[in-house]
Amino acid sequence: MGANDHSQGAEKAAVTLVEYGDYECSYCGAAYPIVKKVQKKMGGKLRFVFRNFPLTQVHPHAHRAAEAAESADAQGKFWEMHDALYENQDALDDNNLTAYAEKIGLDDKKFKKDLQNDAFRERIRHDFTGGVESGVNGTPTFFINGIRYDEAVDYETLLAALEAA
Amino acid sequence: MSELLKEGEKAPDFTLASHAGAGAGSPEDKISLSHFRGKNVILVFYPADWSSVCGDQLTLYNEILPMLEEQNAILLGISVDGVFCHAAFRENRGYKMNLLSDFEPKGAVAKIYGVYRADDGFSERALFVIDKTGVIRYSYISPMDVNPGANKILKSLRAIQAEENGNGGAANV
Repeated sequence: MGANDHSQGAEKAAVTLVEYGDYECSYCGAAYPIVKKVQKKMGGKLRFVFRNFPLTQVHPHAHRAAEAAESADAQGKFWEMHDALYENQDALDDNNLTAYAEKIGLDDKKFKKDLQNDAFRERIRHDFTGGVESGVNGTPTFFINGIRYDEAVDYETLLAALEAA
Repeated sequence: MSELLKEGEKAPDFTLASHAGAGAGSPEDKISLSHFRGKNVILVFYPADWSSVCGDQLTLYNEILPMLEEQNAILLGISVDGVFCHAAFRENRGYKMNLLSDFEPKGAVAKIYGVYRADDGFSERALFVIDKTGVIRYSYISPMDVNPGANKILKSLRAIQAEENGNGGAANV
């Protein structure tokens, strides 16, 4: 786990779930409420980490959406943007992104400047490359305590795997 | 079935029609492995266009083509599907890599590489990394329903690069 990782839950939680995700990927969209539910159920026992894995060749908005989340992070609101993106996967153009930024209370000027400058390209690239090297094979890919999870991404199966970890 | 070709063996040359067919059977649409001598080549045998695991796997590879280029590597997909099927699949997914048709005689190249499933009539999900002198450096058959990702491919390419650098350029044949 890096210091730059986006994470929720106690740092010393017994179980760490890492997701490599793409904001425009429908399978990630389907996994989003399942992860939320698992987090709620496990509480302090679980740490959740999200890393960028935008498949830009098939998802034209995925990189911009990742930029938006990173820009929100720079203003301390990563998870607010992460959630807004997954809750509005079918509306991810630049105007939509700006609207979500406004809604979660970001400094509009700074956000727009970040988007314009592609300010977090290196960071996103770093997540992506690290993912490929670790064996990420599509989106979403989950790791439980560092081991790739290849089972079905439904609530019962994922929860069982996390509780057994 | 013949055995999976292994690390250290010479990669047999082949010539197959690519997706790019301007017309059926045009000789200019054929691609040979030997065309790529001097480059590292990744052969990706996969069961079929349009199947979900194959799609995810090729989508990942399509996304990392620039990373492969950095390692002086090109990637070729191979299945028993015909060229027009490849063309439609490629266009639908926005793939940039070549897809080759192991179509007639069916599965002939997959058989030579030891990755044909005669009972099913399509190939295994298999990876080969071939160095620029035409020697196989990595081969792997993945369980049919598991997308093998790209980490082993990158690891193998890096080993090749490191060896070349270590030889002070002597490997630049």
